[in-house]
Amino acid sequence: MTKEWRPRIVAFFCNWCTYTAADLAGVSRMKYASNVRVIRLMCSGRVDPQFVLDALTRGADGVLIGGCHPGDCHYAEGNYKMLRRFQLLKRLLRDMGIEEERVRLEWISAAEGDKVKAVINEMTEQLMKLGPLGLPQRFEEWDKEVTRLEEEIRGDAAGAGCACAAKLQKPAAASKSEVAHV
Amino acid sequence: MSKPKVAFYWCASCGGCEETVVDLAEDILGVVEKVDIVLWPVAMDFKYKDIEAMPDKSIVATLLNGAIRTTEQEEMAHMLRRKSQYLIAYGACAHLGGIPALGNQFSREHMLKFNYEDAPSMANPKKTRPQLKFADGGREPTLPELHNVVRALDQVVEVDYYVPGCPPTPKLTKAAVTALLENRLPPKGSVIAPDIALCDECPRKASKPVNTSFAEFRRPHQKLMDPNLCLLAQGIVCMGPSTRSGCEAACLRGGMPCTGCFGPTSRVRDQGLKILSSLCSNIAPKEEGEINKVLEGIPDPVGTFYRYGLAKSLMRRKVNLPVK
Amino acid sequence: MQSTKENTRIGFYVCHCGHNIAAMVDCADVAKYVKGLPNVVLSRDYKYMCSDPGQELIQKDIREYNLNRVVVASCSPLLHEHTFRSATAAGGLNPYYFHMVNIREHDSWVHTDRGEATAKAKALAHAAIDRVAFHKALETKTVKINPDALVVGGGIAGIHAAMTLANAGKKVYLVEREPSIGGHMAKFDKTFPTLDCAACILTPKMSEVGAHPNITLWSYSEVAQVDGYVGNYKVRVKRKPRYISEERCIGCMDCISQCVFKEPKFEDEFNEGLGKRKPVYIPFPQATPQIVVIDPNVCLNFKRAKGPDGTPIVSDKCKKTCVEACGDKNAIDFTQKEEIKEIEVGTIIVATGFKTFDSKRIPGYGYGIYKNVYTALEIERLVNASGPTGGEVILREGKNPDGSPKHPKSIGIIHCVGSRDKKTNIWCSRVCCMYSMKLAHLLKEHTDAEVYNFYIDIRAPGKGYEEFYNKLLDEGVHFIRGRVGEVTDWAMTPEEEGKLVIRVEDTLAGYVRRIPVDMVVLSSGLEPQADAQDVRRLFNMSCGTEGFFLERHPKLAPVNTFTDGIFIAGACQGPRDIPDTVAQAGAAAAEALVLIDKGYVEQEPNTAFILDEECSGCKSCVPLCPYSAILYDETRKKAHINEALCKGCGTCVGACPSGSIVQNLFEDEQIFSEIQGVLAYD
Repeated sequence: MTKEWRPRIVAFFCNWCTYTAADLAGVSRMKYASNVRVIRLMCSGRVDPQFVLDALTRGADGVLIGGCHPGDCHYAEGNYKMLRRFQLLKRLLRDMGIEEERVRLEWISAAEGDKVKAVINEMTEQLMKLGPLGLPQRFEEWDKEVTRLEEEIRGDAAGAGCACAAKLQKPAAASKSEVAHV
Repeated sequence: MSKPKVAFYWCASCGGCEETVVDLAEDILGVVEKVDIVLWPVAMDFKYKDIEAMPDKSIVATLLNGAIRTTEQEEMAHMLRRKSQYLIAYGACAHLGGIPALGNQFSREHMLKFNYEDAPSMANPKKTRPQLKFADGGREPTLPELHNVVRALDQVVEVDYYVPGCPPTPKLTKAAVTALLENRLPPKGSVIAPDIALCDECPRKASKPVNTSFAEFRRPHQKLMDPNLCLLAQGIVCMGPSTRSGCEAACLRGGMPCTGCFGPTSRVRDQGLKILSSLCSNIAPKEEGEINKVLEGIPDPVGTFYRYGLAKSLMRRKVNLPVK
Repeated sequence: MQSTKENTRIGFYVCHCGHNIAAMVDCADVAKYVKGLPNVVLSRDYKYMCSDPGQELIQKDIREYNLNRVVVASCSPLLHEHTFRSATAAGGLNPYYFHMVNIREHDSWVHTDRGEATAKAKALAHAAIDRVAFHKALETKTVKINPDALVVGGGIAGIHAAMTLANAGKKVYLVEREPSIGGHMAKFDKTFPTLDCAACILTPKMSEVGAHPNITLWSYSEVAQVDGYVGNYKVRVKRKPRYISEERCIGCMDCISQCVFKEPKFEDEFNEGLGKRKPVYIPFPQATPQIVVIDPNVCLNFKRAKGPDGTPIVSDKCKKTCVEACGDKNAIDFTQKEEIKEIEVGTIIVATGFKTFDSKRIPGYGYGIYKNVYTALEIERLVNASGPTGGEVILREGKNPDGSPKHPKSIGIIHCVGSRDKKTNIWCSRVCCMYSMKLAHLLKEHTDAEVYNFYIDIRAPGKGYEEFYNKLLDEGVHFIRGRVGEVTDWAMTPEEEGKLVIRVEDTLAGYVRRIPVDMVVLSSGLEPQADAQDVRRLFNMSCGTEGFFLERHPKLAPVNTFTDGIFIAGACQGPRDIPDTVAQAGAAAAEALVLIDKGYVEQEPNTAFILDEECSGCKSCVPLCPYSAILYDETRKKAHINEALCKGCGTCVGACPSGSIVQNLFEDEQIFSEIQGVLAYD
């Protein structure tokens, strides 16, 4: 990578409050860091924890979830459901070695364009300090131990005394294996 | 016509899967009659070099149980893949990483140190560790190396089918073997179990109230459990709603909650996150402090939600561990 | 899933939006990048995609290139998603094969580096390309609209909106919290700049409302609960007990004259506390409805203590002369209880108005400390012929040597009290300059006093407003530019003795002045109602930062809210004068009529459904639905979603432990592909 590293944030914003607030930030021409990519959902209650982890494992350095303030959810209580998931998700992530600052839940109302700006800038700064999460690269690093055998055999096919070497089958790209269970 | 060749092999496993094969009871005789078992280390004596000598694809099916966590297991997985038409991940460890994959929460050094030095039952004043190579009377034998990461079988080689469970039930095993022998195979990549969550066949299903919300979570040893009532309705974490059925709710019938050994349904990418989402959404309180109080009842979310599935979870392993 | 992607033919369009996008995003480069993505058949950049030629381009391309998916990267989907879906449909495709990328509000407008903004646009476009392949044809749901409407708030906005709907033949419920409709306008003396008498133009409208066959007027009532959705709202209205039967009271007011309190003794809310009323009273002579009300807090027929349920307890201490006076009309009922009415309406107009800034929050201006400091609203009552003094402007404090009430000889009007001030409210209240000048004119007319206006700027942007300002200058009203520092009774010179001294930096003259006056008028600003937040929640609306209700779009949908079928009118949306309020009330009524006369509304088909075969019947989703749309079918042992009740939040989908619920337009695969897409470009 030649250019300076910038963190990548995937954001899940609810349609009614936070997405609208981000629109407002735009209309108000507020300026903020460009490394956030917003995905619109109808409600923060739609945020499946799988989305958060999927984003991280695909290379996001942080995930930002934006919903309506407590009591203000367009769908009454979707944001509370997200809050409850988030509390345990945070602990799970901590136990799995992911820094707390990488996943953030913020209540941002439709009127708080300035909060969109502040949160994104702050999060970007924090992630700059933490550095890349780089899960895809880590997976690659981990999997060197299973590709090593393959390489060893390729380079030294006849001699190694490992007969299975000759026609070793390539693993189904371990890091990405998405076997379709039926 | 010669009988179809079948192999059984075990990697990082406890032997429970082998028991299931034996649990086929008299049915096993039917199987043995129809097939020619070419490899089964737990029960019969074969030499690996005999397998090596076989032509590729000459084994119709290999049922491999256990996770892959050593170089030897990795090598065997590759060899059996090459020799077999169908490679079947048999049991939770081969399917999902299983219990051994809980090791993905720790570094290799941590595990070796604990097992060879710090474990209370260990007497090893010289702190001897297994060596990869050593001299022994002029010979220089080698030992397999422990991988840093525990893997499910399909994270090392391509897998055709999965028979889930810790261990798989004799019924599912028979169904899988019969399907093989009769050549009635589902699409490649299938998990040979119904693609619906366990509640579907749970005898306690009807007892769950529709408005179950959680004011507390308890672990099974912390509570006198009603033998008939849905465990979630009793505040006991049960993975049933996010786990494939097919075991006929054996644990629930035995008075224990489902811990998720059959893995997720095909529509779910991460079983642990899905049960987390479902349980948490239904927590009663709305205020952060109160929510966390309820969640104290789940002291070890990784161990609870990924008891069998850590290797195949989206994160696979504690992400900040070294690879040396 | 893969099969969805086969034969996918995507057309991609990136909009320049004039310079709005093109200045910060290299649109041609984005188009070039997208051209190389899988399934993309054509990729164009164009100056204005939302224009007719832009939309026609999409339609033409769909036909010529046999496209089956369309992606437009332009502004926010909240603005133009509908436009492009329609264009997609006009091209012969299901409109839900369209997806929109927001590269204006979320990109070009908020970033400053062209390279970064372009990279972001590419990433967002990539996500849409990946996502749209998973889109499915969907049917738009239509929902019937109940033709009855509810108007909340009986000020001039509510009155006008209700009349407009009622005159169009629609049945309207008008709910007002106070005993009478009329709102703030009923308290005004004259209106600027024409100086029409407020009562003369308002009260005929009020009685029309009271008598209109299509209007059910519920005064002294509040909306307690709102359920349902556009076209089908179920509303519970709390009718507070006025201890008078509305059916039997004929408005003769005999009860008032015969009350055991011979003289009015209690603070009169309508006259801003300047006058007195009895426990049984009518707020003002033209009140609508013409029905008296009994104040249980002061009426002797009630004990001071309240019952366990919070309702006043009837006492037998009073002689009940009012009941006697009412005679066989029998309209007085001390046992009346709060009543809940349930109504069903299709549309709701919220016109709950404003409250004035509490001038005590700026102690330096002396309100509540010096008796001769007044709020503007008090002056409105004071100069009013039907006000507490019959229109005579007399000071609260001080008498002439002969003991007669004193009239002010000099008056200072302080503008922007609680407006344009970081310490209180930062916004301009929009009406204060004009009403201050109106009051200056009226006070001068009534008292011939010297009148000083202390202003920051004069804001007179309306028809005839600047002319009114000029008229005041001609009348000899003084205008001093400067924010007043304080009002004090501390005299420094003999002339200041017994006066209120206004200290101000005259920014035109360039020095600090002390101006002694007899009377100070504070032109308090406009604020959201104290319970605006509760009302907002009740109707599922949003508030802006200042607390006024938020419109869907400040320019294109100024009376719409984010909840379909709920509209806003008047000063509850922000400070505004009467002409603007009436215009907005008319607009809100017209928006409601659009729905009512069309008879149905098309709804976003983003509802969720359960994969029946796959559902294990674990019931986890059932309690999550705030609309009780998920039912557990006891015979089939599976959950089922009632599509008519589902509002499409997707909470159950995010929580289904076996992934067996799908939300249209927000399917798991669609979102996963979007995640993959946004991360595909660095």
